[in-house]
Amino acid sequence: MLTPRITQIIESARPAGWVLEPMAKEILLERHLTVPKGVLTDSVDTAARFLAGCNGPVVLKAVSPQILHKTEHQAVVTHVQDPETLSSHMTRLLSLKGCDQVLVEEMVSGIEVLVGAKNDLQFGPVVVLGLGGTSVEIYNDTAIRLAPVTPADVASMVNALKARPVLEGYRGKPGVNMAALTRMVVDFSRLIMDLEPFFESIDLNPVICDADRCVAADARIILMPEKAPSA
Amino acid sequence: MAVIGVSTTQDNHPANVIYNKNHLRYPVKTFAVNPRGGTLHREPVYRNVAEIESPVDLAVIAVRARFVPDVVAQCIEKGIKGAVIISGGFSETGSSELQQQVTDLAARADFPFVGPNCLGIYSPEAVDTFFLPGERIIHPKKGNIGFVSQSGGVLVDQMVKFAGQGIGVSAAVSIGNKACIRETHLIDWFEQDMGTRVIAFYVEGFGCREGREFIKRAQTCTKPIVVLKAGKTARGIAAASSHTASVAGDYRVFSEIMAQHCVAEADTEYELTSFCEALSCYPKGSSGRVGIVSVSGGHGVVAADACGHHGLDIPEIAEKTAHAIQSRLSPEIQAIASLNNPLDLTGSCVDEDILTAVRHLSRDPGVDCILALLLPYSPGISADIGAKLSQVARNEGKPLIAYVPKEDKYKIIIEGFELNKIPVASSVEGAVLMAKALKRCRPC
Repeated sequence: MLTPRITQIIESARPAGWVLEPMAKEILLERHLTVPKGVLTDSVDTAARFLAGCNGPVVLKAVSPQILHKTEHQAVVTHVQDPETLSSHMTRLLSLKGCDQVLVEEMVSGIEVLVGAKNDLQFGPVVVLGLGGTSVEIYNDTAIRLAPVTPADVASMVNALKARPVLEGYRGKPGVNMAALTRMVVDFSRLIMDLEPFFESIDLNPVICDADRCVAADARIILMPEKAPSA
Repeated sequence: MAVIGVSTTQDNHPANVIYNKNHLRYPVKTFAVNPRGGTLHREPVYRNVAEIESPVDLAVIAVRARFVPDVVAQCIEKGIKGAVIISGGFSETGSSELQQQVTDLAARADFPFVGPNCLGIYSPEAVDTFFLPGERIIHPKKGNIGFVSQSGGVLVDQMVKFAGQGIGVSAAVSIGNKACIRETHLIDWFEQDMGTRVIAFYVEGFGCREGREFIKRAQTCTKPIVVLKAGKTARGIAAASSHTASVAGDYRVFSEIMAQHCVAEADTEYELTSFCEALSCYPKGSSGRVGIVSVSGGHGVVAADACGHHGLDIPEIAEKTAHAIQSRLSPEIQAIASLNNPLDLTGSCVDEDILTAVRHLSRDPGVDCILALLLPYSPGISADIGAKLSQVARNEGKPLIAYVPKEDKYKIIIEGFELNKIPVASSVEGAVLMAKALKRCRPC
């Protein structure tokens, strides 16, 4: 079941055709999926206070209905550690087209994973798991399953990836917390079943995983066009 | 059976072909129907189904599309139990409304039909609604594969391949536009049918959410299901707006979901044939760790390469297994046989050596399927090897797949296997594909 807040977010995103990152993350939070701590603001002071309270660097992201692919518009700044850098980047991001607010978030690091969903015409919602980042299409190391999935399905997805050793940890490098990843994929697959009438595709990319947790560092929900060929 | 739409002037009309073959060659009382009436080959032509005195089980409708709704209504009125609608000119040519009209009419009367735009049903020794002249078509014998196809042409072609491999069908159904009877109904039917052991599908595509329905039904089916998918080439995904949409193309989604739910997807027509044959003998599946026994080192290597190519493992065999085999081999080959997987018993081995190797390999917990590559020109191999090896396999309870060259003079060996439900391939590659079938349908 979708909470009233989720329905409200989706309805308000209809005109744009996709859900802005902060709202998409709010949907994830409603379903207890982990997202980075952050603040949405147009104030440099608020952003600076958040940085001060944060035990480490932050990430700044322009929030604009006109910017779907943020990296292509230099709309993301990572590793921001001091108030001066923060201030100058805030000003620049707020000048980007359609950007009224900036999402300031704690910076998380770890292995980048893609957790995605497609609303397939023949099969309905399917879950995609693979190595994340901006090169997903290039390596195309992904596994696809019919949603909802079970923990055993997630294990078989991990097994099917060439990148499996990366996720499991190799050459002394730690892998991801498999229980956390499994929980995230299972919960996500249930969410997309509930979102079936509304969405076309969803990217949680990257989901950043370390030995402790999996955090959806970015989220994009593309909605079904209004006149969906769903009949 | 009533064949509606026969021509009194044109004897190669599809309806006439269907009428003639069933009337003359099948145990079916067949009635010809045409509004003009008259006679056809000295038999009466009924003006409509209501004129037929006796009850009718099946109507084959081969009239122009626009007349189909009326004909269906007459069939329902007559109390006919179902129909095959051969006629084209429905959704495939854009006349979706006409098709919907027929579907609604039939649904209200609980009147099932196959088609439209199809060949219908071939059930060996029972009925054949294919409008292909009997003398032109190659019929597989009666057997245990239920085959369902969206394409009539592929169905006929696959039947030729089945016949060539000696595989029989329980029934073959061309479902055409599947306006009423569709894949899920046929899973229901073939699962209940005592004569069917494997259900095979040729699928071009599913309708909206129909793939999910298919999987839901396939998951609870107690018989193995094989699919061959056409239309694998990714259609250009126009400006995919997400990473996920661009990596999850239609075919990848199809293929991975079939694997997730243990529906054995065959990659080619050739695989489909091998899969059907293997799964009709071994419906359970295995995890794909293959033990290979050959009488020629070369064949063992060729099979091992093919296994690697198809994602099957060739595990090391246990020391205990190798020792058990070694100590029981004939003295002539004890020093020259190679007991690493693939096992090479050499051209000097005799029947008993092969039985020993298969028996003990079957008992190795690391091996879950055995390929026996038999070259009957080897002097120590007798004509009884098929029957004898089958007994060993039945006793040990592990899937055994044999390769025997398909030659008339080896028929006694091939039958020794096949009559005991051990699948035989006519090539090494074919034997490996059979092992692959077991892996593809293993219980998840």
